[in-house]
Amino acid sequence: MVKIGVLGLQGAVREHVRSIEAAQGEAIVVKKKEQLAEIDGLILPGGESTTMRRLINQYGFLEPLQQFGQAGKPIFGTCAGLILLAKEIVGQPAAHLGLMDIKVERNAFGRQRESFEAILPIKDIADDFEAVFIRAPYIVEVGPNVEVLATDQDRIVAAREGHYLCSAFHPELTDDYRLTAYFVKMVEESQKHLAS
Amino acid sequence: MANVGTDRVKRGMAEMQKGGVIMDVVNAEQAKIAEEAGAVAVMALERVPSDIRAAGGVARMADPTIVEEVMNAVSIPVMAKARIGHIVEARVLESMGVDYIDESEVLTPADEVYHLNKKDYTIPFVCGCRDLGEAARRIGEGASMLRTKGEPGTGNIVEAVRHMREVNGQVRKLIGMSEDEIMTYAKELGAPYHVLVAIKENGRLPVVNFAAGGVATPADAALMMQLGADGVFVGSGIFKSDEPAKFAKAIVEATTHYDDYELIAKVSKGIGTAMKGIEISTIAPEQRMQDRGW
Repeated sequence: MVKIGVLGLQGAVREHVRSIEAAQGEAIVVKKKEQLAEIDGLILPGGESTTMRRLINQYGFLEPLQQFGQAGKPIFGTCAGLILLAKEIVGQPAAHLGLMDIKVERNAFGRQRESFEAILPIKDIADDFEAVFIRAPYIVEVGPNVEVLATDQDRIVAAREGHYLCSAFHPELTDDYRLTAYFVKMVEESQKHLAS
Repeated sequence: MANVGTDRVKRGMAEMQKGGVIMDVVNAEQAKIAEEAGAVAVMALERVPSDIRAAGGVARMADPTIVEEVMNAVSIPVMAKARIGHIVEARVLESMGVDYIDESEVLTPADEVYHLNKKDYTIPFVCGCRDLGEAARRIGEGASMLRTKGEPGTGNIVEAVRHMREVNGQVRKLIGMSEDEIMTYAKELGAPYHVLVAIKENGRLPVVNFAAGGVATPADAALMMQLGADGVFVGSGIFKSDEPAKFAKAIVEATTHYDDYELIAKVSKGIGTAMKGIEISTIAPEQRMQDRGW
Protein backbone atom coordinates (compact mmCIF):
# COMPACT_ATOMS: atom_id res chain seq x y z
CA MET A 1 0.00 0.00 0.00
CA VAL A 2 1.40 3.41 -0.92
CA LYS A 3 1.92 6.01 1.81
CA ILE A 4 0.42 9.38 1.03
CA GLY A 5 1.03 12.43 3.17
CA VAL A 6 -1.38 15.31 3.69
CA LEU A 7 0.35 18.58 4.52
CA GLY A 8 -1.14 19.23 7.96
CA LEU A 9 -0.31 22.85 8.69
CA GLN A 10 -3.87 24.13 8.25
CA GLY A 11 -7.08 23.34 6.37
CA ALA A 12 -9.17 20.32 5.40
CA VAL A 13 -6.65 17.69 6.47
CA ARG A 14 -8.96 15.12 8.08
CA GLU A 15 -11.17 14.93 4.97
CA HIS A 16 -8.22 14.12 2.71
CA VAL A 17 -7.05 11.43 5.13
CA ARG A 18 -10.49 9.84 4.91
CA SER A 19 -10.49 10.05 1.10
CA ILE A 20 -7.02 8.49 0.81
CA GLU A 21 -8.06 5.62 3.08
CA ALA A 22 -11.25 5.12 1.08
CA ALA A 23 -9.09 4.93 -2.06
CA GLN A 24 -6.93 2.16 -0.55
CA GLY A 25 -3.92 4.26 0.39
CA GLU A 26 -2.23 4.75 3.73
CA ALA A 27 -2.55 8.35 4.94
CA ILE A 28 -0.08 10.28 7.07
CA VAL A 29 -0.53 13.83 8.37
CA VAL A 30 2.69 15.73 7.65
CA LYS A 31 3.47 18.47 10.16
CA LYS A 32 7.28 18.33 10.11
CA LYS A 33 9.53 18.37 7.05
CA GLU A 34 11.39 15.23 8.18
CA GLN A 35 8.19 13.25 7.55
CA LEU A 36 8.50 13.86 3.79
CA ALA A 37 11.11 11.07 3.71
CA GLU A 38 8.47 8.54 4.81
CA ILE A 39 5.92 9.14 2.06
CA ASP A 40 5.48 8.25 -1.62
CA GLY A 41 3.11 11.07 -2.57
CA LEU A 42 1.71 14.24 -1.04
CA ILE A 43 -1.60 16.10 -0.98
CA LEU A 44 -1.64 19.86 -0.41
CA PRO A 45 -5.12 20.41 1.05
CA GLY A 46 -7.59 23.24 0.81
CA GLY A 47 -7.33 26.01 3.37
CA GLU A 48 -5.97 29.52 3.30
CA SER A 49 -2.96 29.66 0.97
CA THR A 50 -1.48 32.76 2.66
CA THR A 51 -1.64 31.05 6.08
CA MET A 52 -0.11 27.85 4.74
CA ARG A 53 2.70 29.80 3.08
CA ARG A 54 3.53 31.61 6.35
CA LEU A 55 3.74 28.26 8.12
CA ILE A 56 5.72 26.68 5.26
CA ASN A 57 8.31 29.44 5.63
CA GLN A 58 8.27 29.29 9.41
CA TYR A 59 9.19 25.62 9.48
CA GLY A 60 11.60 25.55 6.54
CA PHE A 61 9.23 23.47 4.41
CA LEU A 62 9.68 25.36 1.14
CA GLU A 63 12.84 23.73 -0.22
CA PRO A 64 12.08 20.22 1.06
CA LEU A 65 8.66 20.38 -0.66
CA GLN A 66 10.24 21.58 -3.91
CA GLN A 67 12.85 18.81 -3.71
CA PHE A 68 10.11 16.26 -3.04
CA GLY A 69 8.41 17.27 -6.30
CA GLN A 70 11.63 17.54 -8.28
CA ALA A 71 12.56 14.01 -7.21
CA GLY A 72 9.55 12.81 -9.18
CA LYS A 73 7.25 12.14 -6.21
CA PRO A 74 3.60 12.93 -7.07
CA ILE A 75 1.86 15.95 -5.53
CA PHE A 76 -1.88 16.71 -5.67
CA GLY A 77 -3.00 20.24 -4.78
CA THR A 78 -6.65 21.09 -4.11
CA CYS A 79 -7.84 24.72 -4.05
CA ALA A 80 -5.22 26.45 -1.85
CA GLY A 81 -2.92 23.52 -2.72
CA LEU A 82 -3.30 24.33 -6.41
CA ILE A 83 -2.22 27.91 -5.65
CA LEU A 84 0.83 26.59 -3.78
CA LEU A 85 1.82 24.41 -6.78
CA ALA A 86 1.50 27.11 -9.46
CA LYS A 87 4.46 28.77 -11.17
CA GLU A 88 2.61 32.06 -11.49
CA ILE A 89 -0.15 33.81 -9.49
CA VAL A 90 -2.07 36.72 -11.00
CA GLY A 91 -1.37 39.98 -9.15
CA GLN A 92 1.36 38.52 -6.92
CA PRO A 93 5.05 39.15 -7.53
CA ALA A 94 6.17 35.67 -6.50
CA ALA A 95 4.85 32.11 -6.60
CA HIS A 96 4.96 29.65 -3.69
CA LEU A 97 6.37 26.21 -4.64
CA GLY A 98 6.33 27.08 -8.34
CA LEU A 99 6.36 23.42 -9.42
CA MET A 100 3.54 23.25 -11.94
CA ASP A 101 3.48 25.18 -15.21
CA ILE A 102 0.16 26.93 -14.62
CA LYS A 103 -0.90 30.52 -14.01
CA VAL A 104 -3.69 30.87 -11.44
CA GLU A 105 -5.98 33.56 -10.16
CA ARG A 106 -6.98 33.51 -6.48
CA ASN A 107 -10.62 33.86 -5.39
CA ALA A 108 -11.34 33.99 -9.10
CA PHE A 109 -15.01 33.02 -8.90
CA GLY A 110 -15.67 35.70 -6.26
CA ARG A 111 -16.26 35.74 -2.52
CA GLN A 112 -18.06 33.14 -0.39
CA ARG A 113 -21.45 34.37 -1.66
CA GLU A 114 -20.45 33.11 -5.12
CA SER A 115 -19.12 29.74 -3.90
CA PHE A 116 -20.98 26.90 -5.65
CA GLU A 117 -21.37 23.24 -6.53
CA ALA A 118 -21.48 21.88 -10.07
CA ILE A 119 -21.48 18.49 -11.76
CA LEU A 120 -18.46 18.26 -14.06
CA PRO A 121 -16.88 15.73 -16.39
CA ILE A 122 -13.22 15.06 -15.57
CA LYS A 123 -11.17 13.55 -18.40
CA ASP A 124 -10.34 9.85 -17.87
CA ILE A 125 -11.89 9.96 -14.37
CA ALA A 126 -15.62 10.70 -14.31
CA ASP A 127 -18.52 12.03 -16.39
CA ASP A 128 -20.40 13.40 -13.44
CA PHE A 129 -18.10 14.53 -10.66
CA GLU A 130 -19.67 16.58 -7.86
CA ALA A 131 -17.32 19.53 -7.62
CA VAL A 132 -17.52 21.87 -4.61
CA PHE A 133 -15.94 25.28 -5.20
CA ILE A 134 -15.23 27.48 -2.17
CA ARG A 135 -13.75 30.93 -2.80
CA ALA A 136 -11.98 28.95 -5.46
CA PRO A 137 -9.14 29.87 -7.78
CA TYR A 138 -9.02 28.83 -11.41
CA ILE A 139 -6.24 28.32 -13.93
CA VAL A 140 -5.83 31.18 -16.37
CA GLU A 141 -3.07 29.67 -18.53
CA VAL A 142 -1.34 26.32 -18.83
CA GLY A 143 2.11 25.43 -20.19
CA PRO A 144 2.61 23.09 -23.20
CA ASN A 145 3.06 19.96 -21.05
CA VAL A 146 -0.03 20.47 -18.95
CA GLU A 147 -3.11 18.43 -19.70
CA VAL A 148 -6.44 20.08 -18.91
CA LEU A 149 -8.72 17.59 -17.14
CA ALA A 150 -11.80 19.69 -16.38
CA THR A 151 -13.36 23.06 -17.09
CA ASP A 152 -16.36 24.93 -15.71
CA GLN A 153 -17.85 27.85 -17.62
CA ASP A 154 -14.74 27.67 -19.88
CA ARG A 155 -12.41 28.07 -16.92
CA ILE A 156 -9.77 25.44 -16.25
CA VAL A 157 -10.45 23.81 -12.88
CA ALA A 158 -8.41 20.58 -12.97
CA ALA A 159 -5.13 19.70 -14.68
CA ARG A 160 -2.20 17.31 -14.71
CA GLU A 161 1.44 17.79 -15.61
CA GLY A 162 3.37 14.53 -15.30
CA HIS A 163 3.40 13.68 -11.60
CA TYR A 164 1.59 16.87 -10.55
CA LEU A 165 -2.21 16.97 -10.26
CA CYS A 166 -4.43 19.85 -9.21
CA SER A 167 -8.07 20.83 -8.80
CA ALA A 168 -9.69 24.16 -7.97
CA PHE A 169 -12.53 22.29 -6.25
CA HIS A 170 -12.61 20.07 -3.15
CA PRO A 171 -12.94 16.34 -3.85
CA GLU A 172 -12.36 15.74 -0.12
CA LEU A 173 -15.69 17.35 0.80
CA THR A 174 -17.74 14.67 -0.98
CA ASP A 175 -18.01 10.90 -0.80
CA ASP A 176 -16.86 10.63 -4.42
CA TYR A 177 -13.33 9.21 -4.15
CA ARG A 178 -12.61 8.81 -7.88
CA LEU A 179 -10.22 11.75 -8.19
CA THR A 180 -8.31 10.72 -5.06
CA ALA A 181 -8.22 7.12 -6.35
CA TYR A 182 -6.73 8.47 -9.61
CA PHE A 183 -4.01 10.18 -7.56
CA VAL A 184 -3.36 7.03 -5.53
CA LYS A 185 -2.83 5.23 -8.86
CA MET A 186 -0.42 7.98 -9.97
CA VAL A 187 1.57 7.39 -6.78
CA GLU A 188 1.60 3.61 -7.33
CA GLU A 189 2.86 4.07 -10.88
CA SER A 190 5.54 6.56 -9.85
CA GLN A 191 6.73 4.18 -7.16
CA LYS A 192 7.24 1.45 -9.76
CA HIS A 193 8.91 3.93 -12.08
CA LEU A 194 11.21 5.36 -9.40
CA ALA A 195 12.18 1.85 -8.30
CA SER A 196 13.12 0.68 -11.78
CA MET B 1 -25.95 25.04 -13.56
CA ALA B 2 -24.14 26.50 -10.58
CA ASN B 3 -25.69 25.86 -7.21
CA VAL B 4 -24.81 28.47 -4.57
CA GLY B 5 -25.37 28.56 -0.80
CA THR B 6 -25.71 24.78 -0.33
CA ASP B 7 -24.89 23.17 3.04
CA ARG B 8 -21.75 21.67 1.54
CA VAL B 9 -20.53 25.02 0.28
CA LYS B 10 -21.39 26.80 3.54
CA ARG B 11 -20.03 24.16 5.91
CA GLY B 12 -17.09 23.48 3.59
CA MET B 13 -15.97 27.08 3.90
CA ALA B 14 -15.57 26.55 7.66
CA GLU B 15 -13.74 23.24 7.05
CA MET B 16 -11.09 25.21 5.16
CA GLN B 17 -10.49 27.36 8.23
CA LYS B 18 -9.60 24.37 10.44
CA GLY B 19 -6.41 24.52 12.43
CA GLY B 20 -6.38 28.26 11.98
CA VAL B 21 -6.84 31.46 13.93
CA ILE B 22 -9.56 34.02 13.20
CA MET B 23 -8.69 37.47 14.55
CA ASP B 24 -10.84 40.46 15.51
CA VAL B 25 -9.77 43.67 13.75
CA VAL B 26 -11.19 47.19 13.78
CA ASN B 27 -9.46 48.71 10.74
CA ALA B 28 -7.47 47.95 7.58
CA GLU B 29 -4.13 48.30 9.30
CA GLN B 30 -4.96 45.64 11.90
CA ALA B 31 -6.40 43.40 9.18
CA LYS B 32 -3.09 43.50 7.34
CA ILE B 33 -1.15 42.68 10.51
CA ALA B 34 -3.48 39.71 11.05
CA GLU B 35 -3.10 38.46 7.47
CA GLU B 36 0.67 38.88 7.63
CA ALA B 37 0.74 36.86 10.86
CA GLY B 38 -1.08 33.96 9.18
CA ALA B 39 -4.69 34.44 10.29
CA VAL B 40 -7.13 32.30 8.25
CA ALA B 41 -9.78 35.03 8.42
CA VAL B 42 -10.49 38.32 10.15
CA MET B 43 -13.59 39.50 11.98
CA ALA B 44 -14.33 43.14 11.14
CA LEU B 45 -15.69 45.05 14.12
CA GLU B 46 -16.12 48.59 15.34
CA ARG B 47 -14.71 47.70 18.76
CA VAL B 48 -13.12 44.55 20.15
CA PRO B 49 -15.14 42.81 22.89
CA SER B 50 -13.13 44.21 25.83
CA ASP B 51 -13.82 47.75 24.58
CA ILE B 52 -17.50 46.91 24.06
CA ARG B 53 -17.56 45.67 27.65
CA ALA B 54 -15.86 48.84 28.90
CA ALA B 55 -18.03 51.20 26.84
CA GLY B 56 -21.37 49.69 27.87
CA GLY B 57 -24.55 50.83 26.09
CA VAL B 58 -25.90 49.07 23.00
CA ALA B 59 -23.41 47.31 20.72
CA ARG B 60 -24.52 46.97 17.09
CA MET B 61 -23.27 45.73 13.73
CA ALA B 62 -20.11 47.58 12.67
CA ASP B 63 -20.30 50.65 10.46
CA PRO B 64 -20.30 49.27 6.87
CA THR B 65 -17.41 51.63 6.08
CA ILE B 66 -15.16 49.66 8.44
CA VAL B 67 -16.30 46.31 7.05
CA GLU B 68 -15.65 47.52 3.51
CA GLU B 69 -12.27 48.94 4.42
CA VAL B 70 -11.23 45.58 5.88
CA MET B 71 -12.61 43.66 2.87
CA ASN B 72 -10.53 45.83 0.56
CA ALA B 73 -7.38 45.46 2.64
CA VAL B 74 -6.95 41.66 2.70
CA SER B 75 -7.42 38.61 0.47
CA ILE B 76 -8.30 36.21 3.30
CA PRO B 77 -12.01 35.79 4.21
CA VAL B 78 -13.73 38.57 6.15
CA MET B 79 -16.37 37.87 8.78
CA ALA B 80 -18.62 40.38 10.52
CA LYS B 81 -21.02 40.29 13.46
CA ALA B 82 -24.78 40.84 13.42
CA ARG B 83 -26.94 41.11 16.54
CA ILE B 84 -28.82 37.95 17.56
CA GLY B 85 -32.09 37.91 15.65
CA HIS B 86 -31.36 41.09 13.67
CA ILE B 87 -32.57 40.05 10.23
CA VAL B 88 -31.68 43.33 8.57
CA GLU B 89 -28.14 43.62 9.91
CA ALA B 90 -27.53 40.10 8.61
CA ARG B 91 -29.02 40.92 5.21
CA VAL B 92 -26.95 44.11 4.98
CA LEU B 93 -23.75 42.19 5.67
CA GLU B 94 -24.77 39.55 3.12
CA SER B 95 -25.43 42.23 0.51
CA MET B 96 -21.96 43.63 1.12
CA GLY B 97 -20.46 40.24 0.37
CA VAL B 98 -18.83 39.42 3.70
CA ASP B 99 -17.76 35.78 3.72
CA TYR B 100 -19.25 34.69 7.06
CA ILE B 101 -21.65 36.26 9.55
CA ASP B 102 -21.28 35.77 13.28
CA GLU B 103 -24.70 35.95 14.96
CA SER B 104 -23.01 37.11 18.11
CA GLU B 105 -23.76 37.55 21.79
CA VAL B 106 -20.92 40.09 21.91
CA LEU B 107 -23.43 42.54 20.43
CA THR B 108 -26.63 43.48 22.25
CA PRO B 109 -29.37 41.05 21.10
CA ALA B 110 -32.07 42.49 18.86
CA ASP B 111 -34.42 39.61 19.65
CA GLU B 112 -34.55 37.86 23.01
CA VAL B 113 -36.72 35.01 21.76
CA TYR B 114 -35.77 34.11 18.20
CA HIS B 115 -32.40 33.57 16.58
CA LEU B 116 -32.04 34.09 12.83
CA ASN B 117 -33.33 31.47 10.43
CA LYS B 118 -29.91 31.01 8.92
CA LYS B 119 -31.07 28.55 6.27
CA ASP B 120 -32.57 31.50 4.41
CA TYR B 121 -29.20 33.04 3.59
CA THR B 122 -26.61 32.31 0.90
CA ILE B 123 -23.89 33.41 3.32
CA PRO B 124 -22.88 30.96 6.05
CA PHE B 125 -23.24 31.73 9.76
CA VAL B 126 -21.21 30.97 12.85
CA CYS B 127 -22.98 30.92 16.24
CA GLY B 128 -21.91 30.58 19.85
CA CYS B 129 -22.77 27.64 22.10
CA ARG B 130 -22.27 26.58 25.71
CA ASP B 131 -23.52 23.01 25.47
CA LEU B 132 -24.79 20.44 23.00
CA GLY B 133 -28.40 21.62 23.28
CA GLU B 134 -27.47 25.13 22.19
CA ALA B 135 -25.14 23.78 19.49
CA ALA B 136 -27.88 21.54 18.09
CA ARG B 137 -30.47 24.36 18.11
CA ARG B 138 -28.14 26.59 16.11
CA ILE B 139 -27.39 23.76 13.67
CA GLY B 140 -31.13 23.21 13.38
CA GLU B 141 -31.56 26.86 12.41
CA GLY B 142 -28.86 26.49 9.76
CA ALA B 143 -25.58 27.54 11.41
CA SER B 144 -22.65 26.23 9.33
CA MET B 145 -20.04 26.66 12.02
CA LEU B 146 -20.00 26.79 15.82
CA ARG B 147 -17.77 28.36 18.41
CA THR B 148 -17.82 28.17 22.16
CA LYS B 149 -19.19 31.32 23.72
CA GLY B 150 -16.66 31.53 26.52
CA GLU B 151 -16.84 34.95 28.11
CA PRO B 152 -15.78 37.48 25.47
CA GLY B 153 -13.46 40.38 26.24
CA THR B 154 -12.21 38.95 29.54
CA GLY B 155 -8.91 37.37 28.54
CA ASN B 156 -10.00 34.57 30.89
CA ILE B 157 -10.08 31.12 29.31
CA VAL B 158 -12.13 29.39 32.01
CA GLU B 159 -15.55 29.78 30.36
CA ALA B 160 -14.32 28.66 26.92
CA VAL B 161 -12.83 25.56 28.58
CA ARG B 162 -16.11 24.88 30.39
CA HIS B 163 -18.12 25.17 27.17
CA MET B 164 -15.76 23.08 25.03
CA ARG B 165 -15.64 20.30 27.64
CA GLU B 166 -19.42 20.42 28.01
CA VAL B 167 -20.15 20.18 24.26
CA ASN B 168 -17.59 17.45 23.61
CA GLY B 169 -18.54 15.48 26.72
CA GLN B 170 -22.19 15.54 25.68
CA VAL B 171 -21.31 14.50 22.11
CA ARG B 172 -19.42 11.50 23.52
CA LYS B 173 -22.35 10.63 25.75
CA LEU B 174 -24.74 10.85 22.79
CA ILE B 175 -22.57 8.61 20.62
CA GLY B 176 -22.59 5.99 23.35
CA MET B 177 -26.38 6.02 23.69
CA SER B 178 -28.70 3.45 22.20
CA GLU B 179 -31.16 4.83 19.68
CA ASP B 180 -34.17 4.57 22.01
CA GLU B 181 -32.50 6.96 24.48
CA ILE B 182 -32.02 9.81 22.01
CA MET B 183 -35.52 11.32 22.11
CA THR B 184 -35.37 11.71 25.87
CA TYR B 185 -31.91 13.24 25.60
CA ALA B 186 -33.26 15.63 22.95
CA LYS B 187 -36.00 16.64 25.38
CA GLU B 188 -33.51 17.18 28.22
CA LEU B 189 -31.20 19.27 26.07
CA GLY B 190 -33.95 21.11 24.22
CA ALA B 191 -32.22 19.92 21.06
CA PRO B 192 -33.77 19.01 17.68
CA TYR B 193 -34.03 15.21 17.59
CA HIS B 194 -32.90 14.85 13.96
CA VAL B 195 -29.69 16.81 14.64
CA LEU B 196 -28.82 14.48 17.52
CA VAL B 197 -29.53 11.39 15.41
CA ALA B 198 -27.18 12.71 12.71
CA ILE B 199 -24.44 13.41 15.28
CA LYS B 200 -24.74 9.89 16.66
CA GLU B 201 -24.62 8.35 13.17
CA ASN B 202 -21.56 10.34 12.06
CA GLY B 203 -19.79 10.15 15.40
CA ARG B 204 -19.20 13.91 15.49
CA LEU B 205 -20.78 17.32 15.06
CA PRO B 206 -21.75 18.01 11.43
CA VAL B 207 -20.00 21.41 11.46
CA VAL B 208 -16.65 22.58 12.78
CA ASN B 209 -16.47 23.97 16.30
CA PHE B 210 -13.92 26.67 17.12
CA ALA B 211 -12.99 28.03 20.53
CA ALA B 212 -13.79 31.63 21.38
CA GLY B 213 -14.31 33.94 24.33
CA GLY B 214 -11.22 34.41 26.46
CA VAL B 215 -8.20 33.22 24.44
CA ALA B 216 -5.37 35.57 25.51
CA THR B 217 -2.08 33.68 25.07
CA PRO B 218 -0.45 31.12 22.73
CA ALA B 219 -0.84 28.53 25.50
CA ASP B 220 -4.58 29.31 25.75
CA ALA B 221 -4.97 28.70 22.02
CA ALA B 222 -3.07 25.39 22.25
CA LEU B 223 -5.13 24.34 25.28
CA MET B 224 -8.37 24.80 23.33
CA MET B 225 -6.99 22.76 20.42
CA GLN B 226 -6.09 19.96 22.84
CA LEU B 227 -9.61 20.01 24.21
CA GLY B 228 -10.87 19.33 20.68
CA ALA B 229 -11.43 22.75 19.13
CA ASP B 230 -11.10 22.82 15.33
CA GLY B 231 -9.53 26.29 15.47
CA VAL B 232 -9.52 29.46 17.51
CA PHE B 233 -11.11 32.90 17.48
CA VAL B 234 -9.07 35.59 19.20
CA GLY B 235 -11.00 38.73 19.98
CA SER B 236 -9.36 41.26 22.23
CA GLY B 237 -6.29 39.09 22.93
CA ILE B 238 -4.17 40.26 20.02
CA PHE B 239 -4.71 43.97 19.60
CA LYS B 240 -4.98 44.55 23.36
CA SER B 241 -1.56 42.95 23.90
CA ASP B 242 1.71 44.91 23.97
CA GLU B 243 3.02 43.74 20.61
CA PRO B 244 0.15 42.63 18.38
CA ALA B 245 2.19 41.50 15.36
CA LYS B 246 4.42 39.20 17.41
CA PHE B 247 1.54 38.05 19.55
CA ALA B 248 -0.56 37.19 16.51
CA LYS B 249 2.23 35.10 14.94
CA ALA B 250 2.84 33.26 18.20
CA ILE B 251 -0.83 32.36 18.57
CA VAL B 252 -0.96 31.05 14.99
CA GLU B 253 2.07 28.83 15.59
CA ALA B 254 0.80 27.53 18.91
CA THR B 255 -2.51 26.64 17.25
CA THR B 256 -0.80 24.65 14.48
CA HIS B 257 1.58 22.82 16.81
CA TYR B 258 -0.62 22.61 19.87
CA ASP B 259 1.13 19.53 21.23
CA ASP B 260 4.71 20.72 20.70
CA TYR B 261 5.51 22.26 24.07
CA GLU B 262 9.07 23.25 23.27
CA LEU B 263 7.80 25.20 20.31
CA ILE B 264 5.07 26.87 22.37
CA ALA B 265 7.70 27.86 24.95
CA LYS B 266 9.85 29.30 22.17
CA VAL B 267 7.07 31.31 20.51
CA SER B 268 5.85 32.61 23.88
CA LYS B 269 9.20 34.29 24.62
CA GLY B 270 9.67 38.02 24.11
CA ILE B 271 6.17 38.75 22.83
CA GLY B 272 5.30 41.25 25.56
CA THR B 273 2.45 41.22 28.03
CA ALA B 274 -0.93 39.64 27.28
CA MET B 275 -4.12 41.67 27.66
CA LYS B 276 -5.22 42.36 31.21
CA GLY B 277 -7.78 39.75 32.23
CA ILE B 278 -10.99 39.86 34.22
CA GLU B 279 -11.96 37.33 36.87
CA ILE B 280 -15.42 36.00 35.90
CA SER B 281 -16.92 36.26 39.43
CA THR B 282 -16.38 40.05 39.35
CA ILE B 283 -18.70 40.41 36.34
CA ALA B 284 -22.30 41.17 37.31
CA PRO B 285 -24.70 38.50 35.99
CA GLU B 286 -26.44 40.96 33.63
CA GLN B 287 -23.03 41.84 32.12
CA ARG B 288 -22.27 38.24 31.15
CA MET B 289 -22.36 38.04 27.37
CA GLN B 290 -22.59 34.23 27.33
CA ASP B 291 -26.11 34.36 28.77
CA ARG B 292 -27.38 36.27 25.74
CA GLY B 293 -29.22 33.99 23.31
CA TRP B 294 -30.50 30.60 24.45
